[in-house]
Amino acid sequence: MFFNFMDELRAAGINASLKEHLVLLEALDKEVIRRSPVDFYYLSRATVVKDEGLLDRFDQVFSKVFKGIETSYGMEEQEIPLDWLKAVAEKFLDEEEMKKIESLGTWDEIMEALKERLEEQEKRHEGGSKWIGTGGTSPFGNSGFNPEGVRIGGEGGQKKAIKVWDKREFQNLDNTKQLGTRNIKVALRRLRKFAREGAADELDIDRTINGTAKKGWLDIHMRPERHNAVKLLLFLDVGGSMDPFIKLCEELFSAATSEFKNLEFFYFHNCVYEGVWKDNRRRFSERTNTWDILHKYGHDYKLIFVGDASMSPYEITHPGGSVEHFNEEAGVTWLQRMTNTYPATAWLNPVPEKQWGYSQSVKIVKELMNDRMYPLTLEGLGDAMKELTRKQG
Amino acid sequence: MRFDGTKDYVATDDLKVAVNAAVTLRRPLLVKGEPGTGKTVLAHEIAKATGAPLIEWNVKSTTKAHQGLYEYDAVARLRDGQLGDERVHDISNYIRRGKLWEAFTSPDLPVLLIDEIDKADIEFPNDLLQELDRMEFHVYETKETVKAADRPIVVITSNNEKELPDAFLRRCFFHYIKFPDRETMQEIINVHFPDIQGVLVKKAMDIFYDVRDVPGLKKKPSTSELLDWLKLLLSEDMPLEVLQSQDPSKAIPPLHGALLKNEQDVMLFERLAFMAKREAR
Repeated sequence: MFFNFMDELRAAGINASLKEHLVLLEALDKEVIRRSPVDFYYLSRATVVKDEGLLDRFDQVFSKVFKGIETSYGMEEQEIPLDWLKAVAEKFLDEEEMKKIESLGTWDEIMEALKERLEEQEKRHEGGSKWIGTGGTSPFGNSGFNPEGVRIGGEGGQKKAIKVWDKREFQNLDNTKQLGTRNIKVALRRLRKFAREGAADELDIDRTINGTAKKGWLDIHMRPERHNAVKLLLFLDVGGSMDPFIKLCEELFSAATSEFKNLEFFYFHNCVYEGVWKDNRRRFSERTNTWDILHKYGHDYKLIFVGDASMSPYEITHPGGSVEHFNEEAGVTWLQRMTNTYPATAWLNPVPEKQWGYSQSVKIVKELMNDRMYPLTLEGLGDAMKELTRKQG
Repeated sequence: MRFDGTKDYVATDDLKVAVNAAVTLRRPLLVKGEPGTGKTVLAHEIAKATGAPLIEWNVKSTTKAHQGLYEYDAVARLRDGQLGDERVHDISNYIRRGKLWEAFTSPDLPVLLIDEIDKADIEFPNDLLQELDRMEFHVYETKETVKAADRPIVVITSNNEKELPDAFLRRCFFHYIKFPDRETMQEIINVHFPDIQGVLVKKAMDIFYDVRDVPGLKKKPSTSELLDWLKLLLSEDMPLEVLQSQDPSKAIPPLHGALLKNEQDVMLFERLAFMAKREAR
């Protein structure tokens, strides 16, 4: 049952596994809910959706699956999905209702009758007790299956039912939306590697027990506390086309600085060349040589670029292409040097992913990054962190 | 056993369905939502409604999964060993039962609340998978298996600080408590303040929803803050006129301390008030 529904959910990116499917059936079997479509909607939502970011998508799928059915046997002559109709009706109608409907004949007869009526029917029909259409007490069509009427789609009629999921109340929580600092911190937390370093101030019980057993007296061993030992190099694009994204980058930056102890950050403009800087007010007087950075920070540092990668292609590909100064070596060379030095690299792009195709420089940079460019959304950030923590082969 | 809300707790229909599914199938119910929308209270109310004892396990950043099962107090045993205490020969003297153990062996069917599971380390939920799925675990020190005769009702709350692993989520029912609309809010207020003046509530709710709508607030006030604020208004015997004053220069609601919990938010309101005053001139 509900295979179609589950398939649609999976297609929409809601990860509904066999487990959830079985749980849903089990719950229906144990009669957790009253037999109403709204309750079914609530139950399937509680079973399948495990992330409030996906609630909106679930509503859309639910509406699509059940609306699709409605239009296919509502107004036009179309194939009627018998199995589905049967399944839904069996689940949702209580015995009294079933009997009422059965008085019309067996399932096959009802379906036969339905087909006949569909042929007879010439125009949209509302109310009444025979014709197919919206409302009414005929067992067919939108809000059919009297007396309660199983609302399968559309508006009006049985008031509440469809509105619940057609309203799409959870719209603003979809996780492709952009993020605030707390969420960024959560996403960044994926990037953790625990190590014990520093002062020994924690009792190491296992070694203490071992030592005590061996020596015969209480032999205390201490060890340093565990903490996050990931090292991070952050390169931020500033100025020009990055101005619209200042707020977003600030949020990312503040989240990153509070999350990582070993964080080094540098600024660049459009593309990385031989010099970067740490203070934007003194960016011409106090530059850090990029070679120095490559030599100073070990290969175990993880490298993150934040930039829109939108510029003239020459700024990347040609020596002397920089808009601000004469660079002796092309941006490509520098980017390659950096990605070679740091195997764990990702580029975060605040420009929505849909627009990447329109800019040639974005394509070039993406290629240079071996496709490791991610949109600066919660999802993209999560993917980037996954990439960074992957074992570098 | 059916949960239909209690006289102190307004449950929406979708919440009822989720709770009943979890209670009937005895699978954990994971509850998320803005802070102050009644996640923890829900567990208390389920316990009250079903007459079950409530076992609370408050998770902190340092909480480890095994602490919920049991802890073996090796240090105490070492000490007793040195002092030649008789108890040292029986290892079970040094096993301390955790909340899960308590819940599994409770004589009456309990409601187990695992509060703010996201506060703990990322691996924490993974370490509890088997225990919550099969409702049993093994005690290595004494070689016994603790198994729940009757699966307890488990409610888990999360503030979304960390993502929970998929395998864990698959075993739960999920409910997101969304911020109550006016209608539900009215019900909630009626439940908490049965004798409150209707006009006062209406005015207070107007102000409350206005405050929530102000763009750029760091922390939006939620249900629990509204209830605190109303309590404060009542105890201060705030005259209705104060709330009703249409004077834009008084953009900050009276006794705002209960609603705005962030000095930047208060500043924002003061600035708004200042601008309104200037415009009025």
